[in-house]
Amino acid sequence: MEGIKLRAMRDSLLERIHQLMKDDDKLYFVTADFGSPVLDRVRDNYPKRFINVGIAEQNLINISAGLALEGYKVFAYAIAPFITMRCFEQIRVNLALLSNARKMNVTLIGVGAGYSYVVSGPTHQCYEDISLMRSMPNVRVLSPSDQFVSESLVSECVATEGIKYLRLDAQVLPQIYEEGFSFPRNGFIEKEHGSDLCVISTGYMTHTAEALIVQLKGVGVSCGLVDLIDISHFSDKMMIETLENYKYVVSLEEGFAGRGGLDSRILNLINSYSLKCEYKNFGVEGGYQFEIGDRQSLHELVGIGMNVLFKKIKKWIE
Amino acid sequence: MKLAELQEKASWVWKETLKIHKRSPETRVASSLSPVEIFVALYYSGILLFKPEEPYWEARDRCIISKGHGSLCMYPILADLGFFDLSELENICKAGSFLGGIPDPIIPGYETINGSLGHGAGVGAGIAKALKTKGSKSKVYVVVGDGELHEGANWEAFMFATQHQLDNLTVIVDNNAICMLGQTEDVVSHLDLKKKLEAFGWFVVNASDGHNMQCLLEAFDLVKSDQQKRPKIIIANTKKGRGVPGLEGADLSHVTAINPDQIDMLISEKF
Repeated sequence: MEGIKLRAMRDSLLERIHQLMKDDDKLYFVTADFGSPVLDRVRDNYPKRFINVGIAEQNLINISAGLALEGYKVFAYAIAPFITMRCFEQIRVNLALLSNARKMNVTLIGVGAGYSYVVSGPTHQCYEDISLMRSMPNVRVLSPSDQFVSESLVSECVATEGIKYLRLDAQVLPQIYEEGFSFPRNGFIEKEHGSDLCVISTGYMTHTAEALIVQLKGVGVSCGLVDLIDISHFSDKMMIETLENYKYVVSLEEGFAGRGGLDSRILNLINSYSLKCEYKNFGVEGGYQFEIGDRQSLHELVGIGMNVLFKKIKKWIE
Repeated sequence: MKLAELQEKASWVWKETLKIHKRSPETRVASSLSPVEIFVALYYSGILLFKPEEPYWEARDRCIISKGHGSLCMYPILADLGFFDLSELENICKAGSFLGGIPDPIIPGYETINGSLGHGAGVGAGIAKALKTKGSKSKVYVVVGDGELHEGANWEAFMFATQHQLDNLTVIVDNNAICMLGQTEDVVSHLDLKKKLEAFGWFVVNASDGHNMQCLLEAFDLVKSDQQKRPKIIIANTKKGRGVPGLEGADLSHVTAINPDQIDMLISEKF
């Protein structure tokens, strides 16, 4: 892994978009006054296909919808809670509903999944977006766990019609995959295979899950790990085939527990196919909080830190 | 179409709109009677470029009907022009019909989702920006209600359109002065809407009588004559429930249905 420069997943993604804009004059980039040094290159090199709508997320979505109706493949970019919640009805009406009747290709890029804006507090943190975005049946929710997965999503989004939501972490995260990672058709990666317990995680939580299963293996638990990238539209069939080998399944998400997020998707799957495994969901507990601290300590506080997860899971399967 | 023919067409559309309401009393008739002349001017006087047999013809002008619920009068217009068969007007709001109480983009001639208010100006601005990027000469027209201008997203779009010099965008305000629960100025007043829009950088034209075809055509001519790189807007003063005694201008006209007998009488009187 030496020699690889660690970058925020937004930067690897923007870099790929910048590359593709050279040869694809149908790509358009719209931001709500949210940037990055990499984005400056898009703005400088493709000024005719770059718009900053200002701090106006409703208009961000409406302008993007208009551009998409005219055949542009649009990336709309803002901080995650704002691009999902400030303009939810614009997304519902002018993207989700309208794309059911007309051909549209819009990718919403939300930066700041979960607690990634750690010191900014709850306005900038985002624990509801998975539930909200997946409540619209034709919106694809994609959640990368490192910069290479993030980069791989660009071609996938450009190539597929419809509405996509990319949930990106704001921090520079350790590398999980190799450069040149290609998006899996089933929507997930089974990173580890075991027989007792399968951990399903997404985004930042896959990093927690990696450390967690090392600990669990240390106490004799045979663990699998599924890194879920396409939260909404992963292959049910292939997920079932993966999960039916396990006695226990847990899901980890950096979003409110039991509120329609990743856990709801997994629970519905287990119920629909009458899987015999026992299942537990782990997400943010205790509602909104104003505590300040580093990400790990906040995670411990709300029930998704490595130590608290290890204790709870160990106790459960004993 | 000449002026007299346009006026005659508007009378026909008015009558057909009432007939639709008679068959489907759950429809919003009052707000569909105020923009009749606006739509007739757009679709019959040569302002809009379109091909009924090819609704998404690339060179068409885009007409966004933001006040979707108040555009029942568009159904007879689109049918008359050949976007779909006139016989479909018998099926409005019936099971299996594509013509609902609020129009959807599955209807040939409708570009976007409408009815949820405050969306048309922004989406229209996005389309106008896209047309400019493509180098297209097509124009974008957006019809909004004065009540829906309470939605803040409109004003985000108005600022955007000025910033991007969208001179290919024309908004028409069906200024019938009433929202659901009363007179707009008593609910939340726009005060001097013309001044407000001018302050936003738009070329603003007042059409003092939005039911007078001559007045409307002059407003569209003025819009066309403006050579500055700025978006244009016509504030057309109209009457909600126009031509229906008891409904016209009534505070609660938005949610008032008309008695079928009254509709029969009105239609026979007018013709």
